[in-house]
Amino acid sequence: MHLFLQQVCSGLASGAIYASLALALVMIYRATDLINFAQGEMAMFSTYIAWMLVNAAVPFWAAFVLTLIVSFIGGMVIERIVIRPVENAPVLAAVVVTIGLLLIFNALAGWLFTYTLQEFPSPFPDRPLLGALLTTRDLGVIAVTLVMLALLFVFFRFTATGLAMRAAAQNPASARLCGIRVGRMLAIGWGLAAAIGATAGIMVAPILFLDPNMMGGVLLYAFTGALLGGITSPVGAVVGGLIVGVTENLVGTYLIASQLKLTIALVLIIVVLVFRPNGLFGTAMVRRV
Amino acid sequence: MAPILQLRGVKAFYGALEALHGIDVAVEDGGMTVLLGANGAGKTTTLRAVCGMVRSEGDIVFAGERLQRRSTEAIAALGIAHVPEGRGTFVGLTVEENLRLGAYTRAGKPHDAMARMYGYFPLLADRRRQQAGALSGGEQQMLAIARALMMAPRLLVLDEPSFGLAPRVVEAIFAIIERIRREQRVSVLLVEQNAGLALELADNAYLIETGYVVASGSAKALADDPQIRRSYLGY
Repeated sequence: MHLFLQQVCSGLASGAIYASLALALVMIYRATDLINFAQGEMAMFSTYIAWMLVNAAVPFWAAFVLTLIVSFIGGMVIERIVIRPVENAPVLAAVVVTIGLLLIFNALAGWLFTYTLQEFPSPFPDRPLLGALLTTRDLGVIAVTLVMLALLFVFFRFTATGLAMRAAAQNPASARLCGIRVGRMLAIGWGLAAAIGATAGIMVAPILFLDPNMMGGVLLYAFTGALLGGITSPVGAVVGGLIVGVTENLVGTYLIASQLKLTIALVLIIVVLVFRPNGLFGTAMVRRV
Repeated sequence: MAPILQLRGVKAFYGALEALHGIDVAVEDGGMTVLLGANGAGKTTTLRAVCGMVRSEGDIVFAGERLQRRSTEAIAALGIAHVPEGRGTFVGLTVEENLRLGAYTRAGKPHDAMARMYGYFPLLADRRRQQAGALSGGEQQMLAIARALMMAPRLLVLDEPSFGLAPRVVEAIFAIIERIRREQRVSVLLVEQNAGLALELADNAYLIETGYVVASGSAKALADDPQIRRSYLGY
């Protein structure tokens, strides 16, 4: 029983990381009907920025905030330069562009930082809590995720810009008629998604060690979480990410060797698509033809 | 009175296809102008050209400003509120959020304007926390008009507000439009299939056929024109 609870708790910690990245995916998907396959590699690149700052003796939390700001701006720039030209292109073209971005960021990181695993400091001490049910590090990761979610909720719910972003995602033509600059809203969305991804990268790096391929598996879990929650639902992304984290840990502990854990994500994707394609919280897509 | 909106020789294009072939339309300041015509004549295209939603040539001048080359959002910010075909409400957002979006271009808190809208449309006040998608067609049309008015526009552009609504609801909506026009001093450019009702309320009318203005004048004159009566009023 103790082992079970322990695995649930550490599953929630990794689930929180998947949830963050899943949320970034859902934000982009809602705004542009596009899965950003480069979300993970953008997060990895952001994490390297944080790593450089920490190595340059910048205090951890200052490096964290700086990285989020740089990632936000970087995300906006990517939207302007790379995504905007394919805005009205067929969706497949845009998807291929994001895959291109994935390869570029991966290769760029390998070229700049080499493929060697780098140790990344954790801001949280690694001490057992509650009779070793979870560690302070797990708790820290969960807390950071919760704070970020709360801030996002407040932003989207109560600010004029947040509301305008939701409107632009839902009905761009009407949003323009309300005087909302839809292009700018999309850019802000990409910036936010990049900053959320950066948070996920920085939280996961102390566990996985930093290397250019660090986010590959995480992106797959995050994608599974987003799909499980319903690809259009931010709440679903968070819940789905947490479920994936816990499932991954439990199945890896009791059923299969942990080297095979990534398979769980793929199996879950198939199960969701076969039995509940709209996910837990997603709404059915109705298209009039 | 000088027109607040003036179209001169306006052509509009969908891709290479010319949908308007040089039309002249004016809306008097404080007046109401209606565009009549069959489906596909170019009425909606005219409204879209005004709001920069289709490519157009010729002159479109609003309150002294040329509108061409401006983005739709910039045109909205100049004070033109467009209620598009199919209403264009944000169905996944609440009634209140829809209204807040209407006031997006205005500085300050929109509480007063919102209270005024709830005064015009008490039904909306009862449903302010509901998703707009849960409203009936008539309520959604009211919400769309209220959202447009939140902008405190100088010109209200309405594309078939009666579409798909029961006659009683249509009358209620037009009664409110009349009242708002008097009280808020907003000019109106209207596209309407219900020609009888529209000609009763409007000051000026234009009849559009296949991308040309084929008749224009005061609403009263057009209502008395025997050919228009036969084709569009049915008596």
